[in-house]
Amino acid sequence: MTIRIKKGKKINGIISSVQEMSGVDLSVCFQCKKCTSGCPVSAHSESPPAEIIRRLQLGAGNEILDSDLIWTCASCETCFARCPMRIDTAAVMDALRALAMARGAKVPAGNAPLFNKAFLKTVEIFGRTYDLGMIAAYKIGTSTYLQDTDKFPAMLKKGKIALLPSWDADKKTVKRIFNKTVKTR
Amino acid sequence: MKYTYYPGCSAESTSRDQHTSSKAVAEALGIDFIELKGWSCCGSTPAHQTDRVLAASLSAANLQLAQKAGRDVVVNCASCYSRLKTANHEVSSNPGMRQKVGEAMGGEYDGSVNVRHFIEVLIHDLGLGALQEKLKYSLNGLKVAPYYGCLLVRPREIMGFDDPENPTSMDRLITAMGGESIDWPHKVECCGGGLALTRTDLVISLTDSILSMAEAAGAECIAVACPMCQVNLDMRQLDIERNRGKQYNLPILYITQLLALCLGASREKTGLNKLMVPPEKVTRAVISGVSAAT
Repeated sequence: MTIRIKKGKKINGIISSVQEMSGVDLSVCFQCKKCTSGCPVSAHSESPPAEIIRRLQLGAGNEILDSDLIWTCASCETCFARCPMRIDTAAVMDALRALAMARGAKVPAGNAPLFNKAFLKTVEIFGRTYDLGMIAAYKIGTSTYLQDTDKFPAMLKKGKIALLPSWDADKKTVKRIFNKTVKTR
Repeated sequence: MKYTYYPGCSAESTSRDQHTSSKAVAEALGIDFIELKGWSCCGSTPAHQTDRVLAASLSAANLQLAQKAGRDVVVNCASCYSRLKTANHEVSSNPGMRQKVGEAMGGEYDGSVNVRHFIEVLIHDLGLGALQEKLKYSLNGLKVAPYYGCLLVRPREIMGFDDPENPTSMDRLITAMGGESIDWPHKVECCGGGLALTRTDLVISLTDSILSMAEAAGAECIAVACPMCQVNLDMRQLDIERNRGKQYNLPILYITQLLALCLGASREKTGLNKLMVPPEKVTRAVISGVSAAT
Protein backbone atom coordinates (compact mmCIF):
# COMPACT_ATOMS: atom_id res chain seq x y z
CA MET A 1 0.00 0.00 0.00
CA THR A 2 1.40 3.39 -1.03
CA ILE A 3 0.65 6.32 1.21
CA ARG A 4 0.52 9.64 -0.63
CA ILE A 5 1.04 12.82 1.35
CA LYS A 6 0.33 16.19 -0.22
CA LYS A 7 2.79 18.88 0.81
CA GLY A 8 1.26 21.67 2.83
CA LYS A 9 -2.11 19.93 3.03
CA LYS A 10 -3.96 20.52 6.29
CA ILE A 11 -4.59 17.23 8.06
CA ASN A 12 -8.27 16.70 8.64
CA GLY A 13 -9.76 13.53 7.19
CA ILE A 14 -11.90 11.27 9.35
CA ILE A 15 -9.53 10.97 12.32
CA SER A 16 -11.56 13.38 14.45
CA SER A 17 -14.76 11.34 13.98
CA VAL A 18 -12.87 8.14 14.78
CA GLN A 19 -11.35 9.63 17.93
CA GLU A 20 -14.64 11.03 19.10
CA MET A 21 -16.53 7.76 18.53
CA SER A 22 -13.88 5.52 20.09
CA GLY A 23 -12.66 7.84 22.83
CA VAL A 24 -9.11 7.04 21.73
CA ASP A 25 -6.25 9.53 21.19
CA LEU A 26 -4.46 8.35 18.07
CA SER A 27 -1.75 11.02 18.18
CA VAL A 28 0.27 8.97 20.70
CA CYS A 29 0.91 6.07 18.29
CA PHE A 30 4.63 5.91 17.39
CA GLN A 31 4.38 2.94 15.03
CA CYS A 32 6.07 0.23 17.11
CA LYS A 33 3.75 -2.21 15.28
CA LYS A 34 3.15 -4.51 18.24
CA CYS A 35 -0.53 -4.45 17.25
CA THR A 36 0.32 -5.70 13.77
CA SER A 37 2.71 -8.38 15.09
CA GLY A 38 0.09 -9.82 17.40
CA CYS A 39 -2.91 -9.41 15.09
CA PRO A 40 -4.20 -12.87 14.08
CA VAL A 41 -5.61 -11.59 10.78
CA SER A 42 -3.02 -9.00 9.68
CA ALA A 43 -1.27 -11.61 7.53
CA HIS A 44 -4.59 -12.18 5.77
CA SER A 45 -5.41 -8.49 5.27
CA GLU A 46 -4.20 -5.77 2.91
CA SER A 47 -3.71 -3.11 5.58
CA PRO A 48 -2.47 -4.16 9.03
CA PRO A 49 -3.66 -2.22 12.11
CA ALA A 50 -0.54 -0.03 12.54
CA GLU A 51 -0.90 1.12 8.94
CA ILE A 52 -4.56 2.01 9.44
CA ILE A 53 -3.59 4.20 12.40
CA ARG A 54 -0.77 5.84 10.44
CA ARG A 55 -3.05 6.58 7.53
CA LEU A 56 -5.60 8.12 9.90
CA GLN A 57 -2.84 10.29 11.40
CA LEU A 58 -1.89 11.40 7.90
CA GLY A 59 -5.40 12.57 7.13
CA ALA A 60 -7.08 9.62 5.43
CA GLY A 61 -10.65 10.26 4.31
CA ASN A 62 -13.57 7.96 3.56
CA GLU A 63 -11.41 5.79 1.25
CA ILE A 64 -9.93 4.12 4.35
CA LEU A 65 -13.40 2.72 5.13
CA ASP A 66 -12.93 0.26 2.26
CA SER A 67 -9.96 -1.38 4.04
CA ASP A 68 -10.50 -5.10 4.44
CA LEU A 69 -9.10 -5.15 8.00
CA ILE A 70 -12.19 -3.33 9.26
CA TRP A 71 -14.15 -6.54 8.67
CA THR A 72 -11.47 -9.23 8.97
CA CYS A 73 -10.75 -7.91 12.47
CA ALA A 74 -12.11 -10.52 14.90
CA SER A 75 -12.27 -8.05 17.84
CA CYS A 76 -9.80 -10.26 19.74
CA GLU A 77 -8.28 -7.23 21.51
CA THR A 78 -4.68 -8.49 21.20
CA CYS A 79 -3.71 -5.09 19.73
CA PHE A 80 -5.05 -3.22 22.77
CA ALA A 81 -3.55 -5.72 25.22
CA ARG A 82 -0.05 -5.24 23.76
CA CYS A 83 -0.04 -1.53 22.89
CA PRO A 84 2.61 0.28 24.96
CA MET A 85 0.63 3.52 24.56
CA ARG A 86 -2.66 1.88 25.63
CA ILE A 87 -4.41 2.65 22.36
CA ASP A 88 -7.65 0.66 22.12
CA THR A 89 -7.29 -0.27 18.46
CA ALA A 90 -10.24 -2.64 18.73
CA ALA A 91 -12.43 0.35 19.65
CA VAL A 92 -10.95 2.22 16.67
CA MET A 93 -12.07 -0.70 14.47
CA ASP A 94 -15.60 -0.48 15.91
CA ALA A 95 -15.69 3.23 15.07
CA LEU A 96 -14.43 2.54 11.54
CA ARG A 97 -17.12 -0.13 11.08
CA ALA A 98 -19.86 2.25 12.19
CA LEU A 99 -18.52 4.91 9.80
CA ALA A 100 -18.22 2.36 6.98
CA MET A 101 -21.89 1.44 7.47
CA ALA A 102 -23.07 5.05 7.73
CA ARG A 103 -21.09 6.26 4.71
CA GLY A 104 -21.81 3.35 2.38
CA ALA A 105 -18.35 1.80 2.09
CA LYS A 106 -18.00 -1.19 -0.23
CA VAL A 107 -19.37 -4.54 0.90
CA PRO A 108 -16.51 -6.63 2.31
CA ALA A 109 -15.77 -10.28 1.47
CA GLY A 110 -18.12 -12.45 3.55
CA ASN A 111 -20.48 -9.49 4.08
CA ALA A 112 -20.08 -9.22 7.85
CA PRO A 113 -22.41 -6.17 7.95
CA LEU A 114 -25.24 -8.39 6.71
CA PHE A 115 -24.37 -11.04 9.30
CA ASN A 116 -24.45 -8.40 12.05
CA LYS A 117 -27.81 -7.12 10.81
CA ALA A 118 -29.30 -10.63 10.68
CA PHE A 119 -27.99 -11.37 14.17
CA LEU A 120 -29.32 -8.14 15.66
CA LYS A 121 -32.67 -8.51 13.91
CA THR A 122 -33.34 -11.77 15.75
CA VAL A 123 -32.33 -10.09 19.02
CA GLU A 124 -34.67 -7.19 18.28
CA ILE A 125 -37.58 -9.56 17.61
CA PHE A 126 -37.06 -12.26 20.24
CA GLY A 127 -34.87 -10.50 22.80
CA ARG A 128 -32.35 -13.31 22.31
CA THR A 129 -30.51 -14.63 19.29
CA TYR A 130 -32.25 -17.19 17.13
CA ASP A 131 -29.48 -19.00 15.26
CA LEU A 132 -31.65 -20.70 12.67
CA GLY A 133 -33.36 -17.45 11.63
CA MET A 134 -30.09 -15.55 11.61
CA ILE A 135 -28.27 -18.17 9.53
CA ALA A 136 -31.16 -18.38 7.05
CA ALA A 137 -31.28 -14.58 6.60
CA TYR A 138 -27.51 -14.41 6.14
CA LYS A 139 -27.40 -17.31 3.69
CA ILE A 140 -30.24 -15.94 1.59
CA GLY A 141 -28.54 -12.53 1.53
CA THR A 142 -25.17 -13.90 0.48
CA SER A 143 -26.37 -16.86 -1.64
CA THR A 144 -24.11 -19.24 0.30
CA TYR A 145 -26.75 -21.92 0.76
CA LEU A 146 -24.43 -24.89 0.55
CA GLN A 147 -21.65 -23.78 2.86
CA ASP A 148 -21.62 -25.86 6.08
CA THR A 149 -24.81 -27.73 5.13
CA ASP A 150 -22.83 -30.95 5.65
CA LYS A 151 -22.62 -30.23 9.38
CA PHE A 152 -26.23 -29.21 9.75
CA PRO A 153 -27.84 -32.65 10.25
CA ALA A 154 -25.31 -33.56 12.97
CA MET A 155 -25.81 -30.20 14.68
CA LEU A 156 -29.57 -30.62 14.68
CA LYS A 157 -29.33 -34.20 15.91
CA LYS A 158 -26.97 -33.22 18.70
CA GLY A 159 -29.26 -30.36 19.68
CA LYS A 160 -26.46 -27.90 18.98
CA ILE A 161 -28.85 -25.66 17.15
CA ALA A 162 -32.30 -24.81 18.45
CA LEU A 163 -35.27 -25.28 16.12
CA LEU A 164 -37.46 -22.72 17.82
CA PRO A 165 -36.67 -19.28 19.19
CA SER A 166 -36.79 -18.56 22.90
CA TRP A 167 -39.77 -16.65 24.32
CA ASP A 168 -38.66 -15.83 27.85
CA ALA A 169 -36.68 -12.62 27.33
CA ASP A 170 -37.76 -9.17 28.44
CA LYS A 171 -38.63 -8.28 24.83
CA LYS A 172 -40.12 -4.90 25.73
CA THR A 173 -36.86 -3.45 27.07
CA VAL A 174 -34.83 -4.87 24.18
CA LYS A 175 -37.22 -3.37 21.64
CA ARG A 176 -37.03 -0.02 23.42
CA ILE A 177 -33.21 -0.10 23.30
CA PHE A 178 -33.26 -0.70 19.53
CA ASN A 179 -35.82 2.06 19.02
CA LYS A 180 -33.85 4.56 21.10
CA THR A 181 -30.48 3.78 19.52
CA VAL A 182 -29.89 2.39 16.02
CA LYS A 183 -33.45 2.94 14.79
CA THR A 184 -33.52 6.68 15.45
CA ARG A 185 -30.15 7.48 13.86
CA MET B 1 -23.14 -19.65 47.95
CA LYS B 2 -25.85 -18.05 45.85
CA TYR B 3 -25.43 -16.41 42.47
CA THR B 4 -27.65 -14.91 39.81
CA TYR B 5 -26.97 -17.03 36.74
CA TYR B 6 -26.93 -15.46 33.27
CA PRO B 7 -26.93 -18.33 30.71
CA GLY B 8 -26.57 -16.30 27.48
CA CYS B 9 -28.11 -17.17 24.12
CA SER B 10 -25.62 -19.91 23.20
CA ALA B 11 -26.80 -21.86 26.24
CA GLU B 12 -30.04 -22.46 24.32
CA SER B 13 -28.35 -23.65 21.14
CA THR B 14 -24.66 -24.32 20.36
CA SER B 15 -23.43 -24.50 23.95
CA ARG B 16 -26.28 -26.30 25.66
CA ASP B 17 -23.63 -28.74 26.91
CA GLN B 18 -21.71 -25.94 28.63
CA HIS B 19 -24.96 -24.81 30.26
CA THR B 20 -26.07 -28.22 31.55
CA SER B 21 -22.58 -29.27 32.66
CA SER B 22 -22.06 -25.98 34.56
CA LYS B 23 -25.37 -26.39 36.33
CA ALA B 24 -24.44 -29.97 37.23
CA VAL B 25 -21.04 -28.82 38.55
CA ALA B 26 -22.65 -26.07 40.62
CA GLU B 27 -25.19 -28.49 42.03
CA ALA B 28 -22.56 -31.07 42.96
CA LEU B 29 -20.51 -28.39 44.72
CA GLY B 30 -23.42 -26.86 46.64
CA ILE B 31 -23.39 -23.63 44.61
CA ASP B 32 -26.83 -22.13 43.99
CA PHE B 33 -27.45 -20.82 40.47
CA ILE B 34 -30.62 -18.71 40.33
CA GLU B 35 -31.35 -18.00 36.67
CA LEU B 36 -31.99 -14.34 35.87
CA LYS B 37 -35.66 -14.10 34.92
CA GLY B 38 -36.31 -12.38 31.61
CA TRP B 39 -32.63 -12.23 30.61
CA SER B 40 -31.92 -11.03 27.10
CA CYS B 41 -29.00 -11.09 24.65
CA CYS B 42 -25.84 -9.20 25.71
CA GLY B 43 -25.47 -8.00 22.09
CA SER B 44 -22.24 -9.93 21.56
CA THR B 45 -19.88 -8.92 18.73
CA PRO B 46 -22.54 -7.67 16.24
CA ALA B 47 -23.81 -5.04 18.72
CA HIS B 48 -20.45 -3.49 19.57
CA GLN B 49 -19.48 -3.58 15.90
CA THR B 50 -22.65 -1.63 15.10
CA ASP B 51 -23.22 0.93 17.85
CA ARG B 52 -21.55 1.60 21.17
CA VAL B 53 -24.69 2.73 23.02
CA LEU B 54 -26.70 -0.22 21.68
CA ALA B 55 -24.00 -2.62 22.91
CA ALA B 56 -23.71 -1.07 26.37
CA SER B 57 -27.51 -0.84 26.76
CA LEU B 58 -28.28 -4.45 25.77
CA SER B 59 -25.81 -5.69 28.39
CA ALA B 60 -26.69 -3.09 31.02
CA ALA B 61 -30.41 -4.00 30.79
CA ASN B 62 -29.53 -7.47 32.14
CA LEU B 63 -27.40 -6.10 34.93
CA GLN B 64 -30.12 -3.66 35.91
CA LEU B 65 -32.53 -6.59 36.03
CA ALA B 66 -30.07 -8.50 38.23
CA GLN B 67 -29.44 -5.59 40.58
CA LYS B 68 -32.62 -6.08 42.62
CA ALA B 69 -31.52 -9.54 43.77
CA GLY B 70 -28.26 -8.11 45.08
CA ARG B 71 -26.18 -11.15 44.18
CA ASP B 72 -23.09 -11.44 41.98
CA VAL B 73 -23.91 -12.43 38.40
CA VAL B 74 -22.18 -15.58 37.21
CA VAL B 75 -21.53 -16.17 33.51
CA ASN B 76 -20.11 -19.06 31.47
CA CYS B 77 -19.84 -17.68 27.96
CA ALA B 78 -16.64 -15.67 27.46
CA SER B 79 -18.38 -13.31 25.06
CA CYS B 80 -21.26 -12.52 27.46
CA TYR B 81 -18.73 -12.13 30.26
CA SER B 82 -16.74 -9.65 28.21
CA ARG B 83 -19.80 -7.66 27.08
CA LEU B 84 -21.37 -7.44 30.57
CA LYS B 85 -18.09 -6.34 32.12
CA THR B 86 -17.50 -3.82 29.35
CA ALA B 87 -20.98 -2.36 29.94
CA ASN B 88 -20.14 -1.97 33.64
CA HIS B 89 -16.92 -0.22 32.70
CA GLU B 90 -18.60 2.09 30.16
CA VAL B 91 -21.41 3.07 32.49
CA SER B 92 -19.26 3.62 35.58
CA SER B 93 -16.40 5.47 33.88
CA ASN B 94 -18.34 7.66 31.46
CA PRO B 95 -21.24 9.80 32.79
CA GLY B 96 -22.38 10.64 29.24
CA MET B 97 -22.62 6.96 28.37
CA ARG B 98 -24.44 6.23 31.62
CA GLN B 99 -27.06 8.80 30.73
CA LYS B 100 -27.48 7.51 27.16
CA VAL B 101 -27.76 3.91 28.39
CA GLY B 102 -30.34 4.97 30.98
CA GLU B 103 -32.41 6.70 28.32
CA ALA B 104 -32.18 3.77 25.92
CA MET B 105 -33.31 1.12 28.38
CA GLY B 106 -35.64 3.32 30.39
CA GLY B 107 -34.05 3.11 33.82
CA GLU B 108 -30.98 3.87 35.88
CA TYR B 109 -27.93 1.67 36.09
CA ASP B 110 -24.65 2.66 37.76
CA GLY B 111 -22.42 -0.25 36.74
CA SER B 112 -22.12 -1.72 40.22
CA VAL B 113 -23.32 -5.31 39.78
CA ASN B 114 -20.40 -7.73 40.09
CA VAL B 115 -19.97 -9.93 37.02
CA ARG B 116 -18.02 -13.14 37.61
CA HIS B 117 -16.94 -15.98 35.39
CA PHE B 118 -17.78 -19.44 36.74
CA ILE B 119 -14.04 -20.31 36.74
CA GLU B 120 -13.40 -17.35 39.08
CA VAL B 121 -16.17 -18.54 41.39
CA LEU B 122 -14.68 -22.03 41.51
CA ILE B 123 -11.15 -20.86 42.22
CA HIS B 124 -11.70 -17.80 44.41
CA ASP B 125 -15.04 -18.32 46.16
CA LEU B 126 -15.13 -22.08 46.53
CA GLY B 127 -11.41 -22.86 46.46
CA LEU B 128 -9.51 -25.71 44.85
CA GLY B 129 -9.31 -27.64 48.14
CA ALA B 130 -13.08 -27.71 48.56
CA LEU B 131 -13.44 -28.69 44.91
CA GLN B 132 -11.01 -31.58 45.25
CA GLU B 133 -12.87 -32.94 48.26
CA LYS B 134 -15.96 -33.41 46.11
CA LEU B 135 -14.25 -35.05 43.11
CA LYS B 136 -15.25 -38.67 42.54
CA TYR B 137 -13.00 -39.42 39.58
CA SER B 138 -9.61 -38.30 38.34
CA LEU B 139 -8.37 -37.36 34.86
CA ASN B 140 -5.46 -39.77 35.58
CA GLY B 141 -2.74 -37.74 33.95
CA LEU B 142 -4.74 -36.93 30.82
CA LYS B 143 -2.84 -34.28 28.86
CA VAL B 144 -5.13 -31.27 28.52
CA ALA B 145 -4.26 -28.06 26.67
CA PRO B 146 -6.01 -25.16 28.44
CA TYR B 147 -7.27 -22.74 25.79
CA TYR B 148 -8.48 -19.34 27.02
CA GLY B 149 -8.91 -17.51 23.72
CA CYS B 150 -9.50 -13.76 23.72
CA LEU B 151 -12.46 -12.49 25.61
CA LEU B 152 -11.88 -14.03 29.03
CA VAL B 153 -8.56 -12.28 29.45
CA ARG B 154 -8.53 -9.16 27.25
CA PRO B 155 -8.42 -6.29 27.85
CA ARG B 156 -6.87 -6.72 31.30
CA GLU B 157 -8.14 -3.32 32.55
CA ILE B 158 -11.75 -4.42 32.11
CA MET B 159 -11.68 -8.19 32.51
CA GLY B 160 -9.26 -8.46 35.45
CA PHE B 161 -9.72 -12.22 35.08
CA ASP B 162 -6.16 -13.47 34.92
CA ASP B 163 -2.85 -12.66 33.25
CA PRO B 164 -3.70 -11.63 29.66
CA GLU B 165 -0.68 -13.37 28.10
CA ASN B 166 -0.25 -16.41 30.34
CA PRO B 167 -3.43 -17.12 32.29
CA THR B 168 -3.36 -20.14 34.62
CA SER B 169 -6.89 -20.46 36.10
CA MET B 170 -7.91 -23.36 33.89
CA ASP B 171 -4.47 -24.93 34.29
CA ARG B 172 -5.10 -25.02 38.04
CA LEU B 173 -8.50 -26.64 37.61
CA ILE B 174 -7.04 -29.29 35.29
CA THR B 175 -4.26 -30.08 37.76
CA ALA B 176 -6.78 -30.23 40.60
CA MET B 177 -8.70 -32.87 38.61
CA GLY B 178 -5.56 -34.98 38.27
CA GLY B 179 -4.91 -34.02 34.67
CA GLU B 180 -1.66 -32.79 33.19
CA SER B 181 -2.03 -29.20 32.08
CA ILE B 182 0.03 -28.71 28.95
CA ASP B 183 2.30 -25.67 28.77
CA TRP B 184 1.84 -24.34 25.25
CA PRO B 185 2.14 -20.98 23.46
CA HIS B 186 -1.36 -20.68 21.96
CA LYS B 187 -3.37 -20.26 25.17
CA VAL B 188 -4.63 -16.80 24.23
CA GLU B 189 -4.45 -16.89 20.43
CA CYS B 190 -7.66 -16.01 18.59
CA CYS B 191 -9.74 -18.74 16.89
CA GLY B 192 -11.52 -16.23 14.67
CA GLY B 193 -14.58 -16.13 16.94
CA GLY B 194 -17.47 -14.37 15.28
CA LEU B 195 -15.98 -14.74 11.78
CA ALA B 196 -17.22 -18.36 11.79
CA LEU B 197 -19.84 -17.79 9.10
CA THR B 198 -18.57 -14.68 7.33
CA ARG B 199 -14.91 -15.60 6.90
CA THR B 200 -14.82 -19.35 7.36
CA ASP B 201 -11.53 -19.41 5.41
CA LEU B 202 -9.83 -17.33 8.12
CA VAL B 203 -11.34 -19.42 10.92
CA ILE B 204 -10.05 -22.61 9.30
CA SER B 205 -6.58 -21.13 9.05
CA LEU B 206 -6.55 -19.84 12.65
CA THR B 207 -8.01 -23.01 14.19
CA ASP B 208 -5.60 -25.15 12.16
CA SER B 209 -2.66 -23.31 13.71
CA ILE B 210 -4.08 -23.65 17.24
CA LEU B 211 -4.84 -27.36 16.80
CA SER B 212 -1.44 -28.07 15.30
CA MET B 213 0.30 -26.35 18.23
CA ALA B 214 -1.80 -28.31 20.75
CA GLU B 215 -0.93 -31.53 18.96
CA ALA B 216 2.77 -30.65 18.86
CA ALA B 217 2.68 -29.93 22.61
CA GLY B 218 1.33 -33.45 23.18
CA ALA B 219 -2.25 -32.55 24.13
CA GLU B 220 -4.84 -35.34 24.14
CA CYS B 221 -7.69 -32.84 24.28
CA ILE B 222 -8.31 -29.10 24.60
CA ALA B 223 -10.30 -27.44 27.40
CA VAL B 224 -12.23 -24.27 26.54
CA ALA B 225 -14.55 -21.80 28.28
CA CYS B 226 -16.08 -20.02 25.29
CA PRO B 227 -18.91 -21.29 23.03
CA MET B 228 -17.37 -19.70 19.94
CA CYS B 229 -13.96 -21.27 20.62
CA GLN B 230 -15.62 -24.65 21.19
CA VAL B 231 -17.63 -24.62 17.97
CA ASN B 232 -14.75 -23.32 15.87
CA LEU B 233 -12.11 -25.73 17.20
CA ASP B 234 -14.46 -28.73 17.27
CA MET B 235 -16.48 -28.33 14.08
CA ARG B 236 -13.74 -26.95 11.83
CA GLN B 237 -11.64 -30.10 12.29
CA LEU B 238 -13.94 -31.58 9.68
CA ASP B 239 -13.13 -28.81 7.18
CA ILE B 240 -9.41 -28.92 7.97
CA GLU B 241 -9.42 -32.64 7.23
CA ARG B 242 -11.29 -32.13 3.99
CA ASN B 243 -9.52 -29.00 2.71
CA ARG B 244 -6.06 -29.45 4.12
CA GLY B 245 -5.79 -33.22 4.56
CA LYS B 246 -4.86 -32.99 8.24
CA GLN B 247 -6.57 -35.10 10.87
CA TYR B 248 -6.23 -33.96 14.47
CA ASN B 249 -8.95 -35.94 16.20
CA LEU B 250 -8.58 -33.64 19.22
CA PRO B 251 -11.70 -33.52 21.43
CA ILE B 252 -12.67 -29.97 22.45
CA LEU B 253 -14.38 -29.97 25.84
CA TYR B 254 -15.72 -27.21 28.01
CA ILE B 255 -13.78 -27.08 31.27
CA THR B 256 -17.16 -27.58 32.96
CA GLN B 257 -17.62 -30.87 31.07
CA LEU B 258 -14.32 -32.15 32.46
CA LEU B 259 -15.43 -31.06 35.93
CA ALA B 260 -18.87 -32.63 35.55
CA LEU B 261 -17.21 -35.87 34.47
CA CYS B 262 -14.92 -35.90 37.52
CA LEU B 263 -17.79 -34.98 39.84
CA GLY B 264 -19.79 -37.95 38.57
CA ALA B 265 -22.61 -35.95 36.93
CA SER B 266 -25.08 -37.80 34.72
CA ARG B 267 -24.23 -38.44 31.06
CA GLU B 268 -27.06 -36.24 29.96
CA LYS B 269 -25.89 -33.24 31.95
CA THR B 270 -22.22 -33.73 31.08
CA GLY B 271 -23.26 -33.61 27.44
CA LEU B 272 -20.25 -35.35 25.91
CA ASN B 273 -22.51 -36.68 23.14
CA LYS B 274 -22.87 -33.09 21.87
CA LEU B 275 -19.23 -32.94 20.76
CA MET B 276 -18.41 -33.39 17.08
CA VAL B 277 -15.01 -35.00 17.74
CA PRO B 278 -15.81 -37.97 20.02
CA PRO B 279 -14.08 -37.63 23.42
CA GLU B 280 -13.17 -41.30 23.89
CA LYS B 281 -9.60 -40.47 24.92
CA VAL B 282 -11.02 -38.49 27.81
CA THR B 283 -13.56 -41.03 29.03
CA ARG B 284 -10.97 -43.81 28.66
CA ALA B 285 -8.55 -41.90 30.93
CA VAL B 286 -11.22 -41.48 33.60
CA ILE B 287 -12.35 -45.12 33.36
CA SER B 288 -8.74 -46.40 33.49
CA GLY B 289 -8.44 -44.88 36.98
CA VAL B 290 -11.67 -46.52 38.12
CA SER B 291 -10.65 -49.99 36.94
CA ALA B 292 -7.15 -49.55 38.42
CA ALA B 293 -8.68 -48.73 41.80
CA THR B 294 -10.95 -51.78 41.90
